[in-house]
Amino acid sequence: MARITLDHIRHAYGSNPQSETAYALREVDHEWADGGAYALLGPSGCGKTTLLNIISGLLHPSHGRILFDGKDVTDLSTQERNIAQVFQFPVIYDTMTVYDNLAFPLRNRGVAEADVDRRVREMLEIIDLTDWSKRKAQRLTADQKQKISLGRGLVRNDVNAILFDEPLTVIDPHMKWVLRSQLKRFHKQFGFTMVYVTHDQTEALTFADKVVVMYEGQIVQIGTPAELFEKPSHTFVGYFIGSPGMNVMPAELQGNAIRIGSETIALDHSPKIAAGATVELGIRPEFIRLGREGMPVTVTRVEDIGRRKIVRASLAGQPISIVASEDTDVPAEARVTFDPSALNIYANSWRVGREA
Amino acid sequence: MEKTWNNKAWFLVLPVLLLVAFSAVIPLMTVVNYSVQDTFGNNEFFWAGTDWFTEILKSARFWEALQRNLLFSFIILALEIPLGIFIALNMPKKGIGVPICLVLMALPLLIPWNVVGTIWQVFGRVDIGLLGHTLEALGVDYNYVRDPIDAWITVIVMDVWHWTSLVVLLCYAGLVSIPDAYYQAAKIDGASRWSVFRYIQLPKMKRVLLIAVLLRFMDSFMIYTEPFVVTGGGPGNSTTFLSIDLVKTAVGQFDLGPAAAMSIVYFLIILLLSWIFYTVMTSSDADT
Repeated sequence: MARITLDHIRHAYGSNPQSETAYALREVDHEWADGGAYALLGPSGCGKTTLLNIISGLLHPSHGRILFDGKDVTDLSTQERNIAQVFQFPVIYDTMTVYDNLAFPLRNRGVAEADVDRRVREMLEIIDLTDWSKRKAQRLTADQKQKISLGRGLVRNDVNAILFDEPLTVIDPHMKWVLRSQLKRFHKQFGFTMVYVTHDQTEALTFADKVVVMYEGQIVQIGTPAELFEKPSHTFVGYFIGSPGMNVMPAELQGNAIRIGSETIALDHSPKIAAGATVELGIRPEFIRLGREGMPVTVTRVEDIGRRKIVRASLAGQPISIVASEDTDVPAEARVTFDPSALNIYANSWRVGREA
Repeated sequence: MEKTWNNKAWFLVLPVLLLVAFSAVIPLMTVVNYSVQDTFGNNEFFWAGTDWFTEILKSARFWEALQRNLLFSFIILALEIPLGIFIALNMPKKGIGVPICLVLMALPLLIPWNVVGTIWQVFGRVDIGLLGHTLEALGVDYNYVRDPIDAWITVIVMDVWHWTSLVVLLCYAGLVSIPDAYYQAAKIDGASRWSVFRYIQLPKMKRVLLIAVLLRFMDSFMIYTEPFVVTGGGPGNSTTFLSIDLVKTAVGQFDLGPAAAMSIVYFLIILLLSWIFYTVMTSSDADT
């Protein structure tokens, strides 16, 4: 169990990066609490796996240090860091039995055989493969194999942290729920620091205490699911979290009012924004009210998704999405109002706070 | 949807059946035909029954050649398979070294077999050959024309030089197909270099190794050209393998009947041994 400090970490795969974009990881400087459950969320290629491999020691960062509980481990090997990591695709040792697969990491560390046996049996129980313990691992289904990979990570109960790299990709949807809740339970039970990489927002939001959103090699926001939803600090977070994502519209600031095309919305404060910055207004589809008052919109499409409706419309030439309850009827001359507390102002894609 | 049952599918396999019939079955049947008859030329044949088979199986010459052949194949497999795995493990996985190594490895395979024989025949000669002459200058008593052991060493070294590349290339193909995640997981699990080989690389190479063993066994068991060019089966009969013996009987003495019978025995031996290899190497896949 350890607190993980990422001290100004940068990483480039090429040996001589020429520009800022050559870095797979631009600058990561954060501290992750001991025993926390973190989800690294972001699109493919945003640097999630790179960051994970730097933490586990499979990659050496080009710049910066990494510390466990304040101790510098940047130059230590994966084995010395005492980390467990589970990969996207199941890695099993084909020729070994299920039992030996689970025993492998313990035996490699010279754990006494009696201890090995006790812990492997416990783990077999947990991942529900006791009946399969004598079988060769090769013949198992993909989700059984992935359970073994998970089990090999969890069987060592003294690890500093467990890292998961999209471990549920190959698992059937119904098994995903089961495994995810099991993982949550282990986390509560053992209290290890857990880092979980995913590009699936549901997975990230249901799983983690803190969600770390990454975009183009940077961490754009670390927050609780509620913070990410209500106050996305970057337009990317707004767009990436939520379904449909946040509406982001180019806007113009005029003192304590903001203009979208010909429409003006009054604000209860006047945000301070540097001159020349690109200003955008963000509002979640959930906080737009559709009715006969407010700004006129042209409805282009209504998608019924069961308990809710998603209304696609255009406001002052900008496409917007509105989430309305199922029984809302869409008037012919539709108008919308924005919930003033849910307005987010962005300057050059970054959120402008009230105080700033 | 209703399934239709008819025999149309046979038309789809007909081309390959014809091909196999002309390339394998019909020639094989001709040989079977010869093996049970005797001829004195003139296209006159007499029924001989199983006489030729009995004669061959009773002849010391056949058993000696068979023993030599088995020993040769055994040595070849014992040398080429481990050596091939070792080289493949040490070949670079990326960078400029990969194409260079692959080309170097492929070179011996591109040379026609009789040329390989000639190269080594000259290379090993004591009077003008680089190897033979150097060894003699160093005071090593080496002469593959006179000494059976030297002849064997020459033929074996030649075969290792010629064919280890094949094992290397097959193993290398197996190795590069292992996803990085396996090596990373092994690091996480604290596996030693030996464990990585034993539990990751070897199992992943098993399929290609099976092919390598079968190919090298069949080829070395059927070896003809290279020893024929280098030693001509000598000195004495010391490097007379089955195929050399067969050609001497069929072409040298024009004994078509015995030669055909030998071919069949020979074919059955290869078939049997290949089946044994295959069964043994795939049986560990079965669940315990």
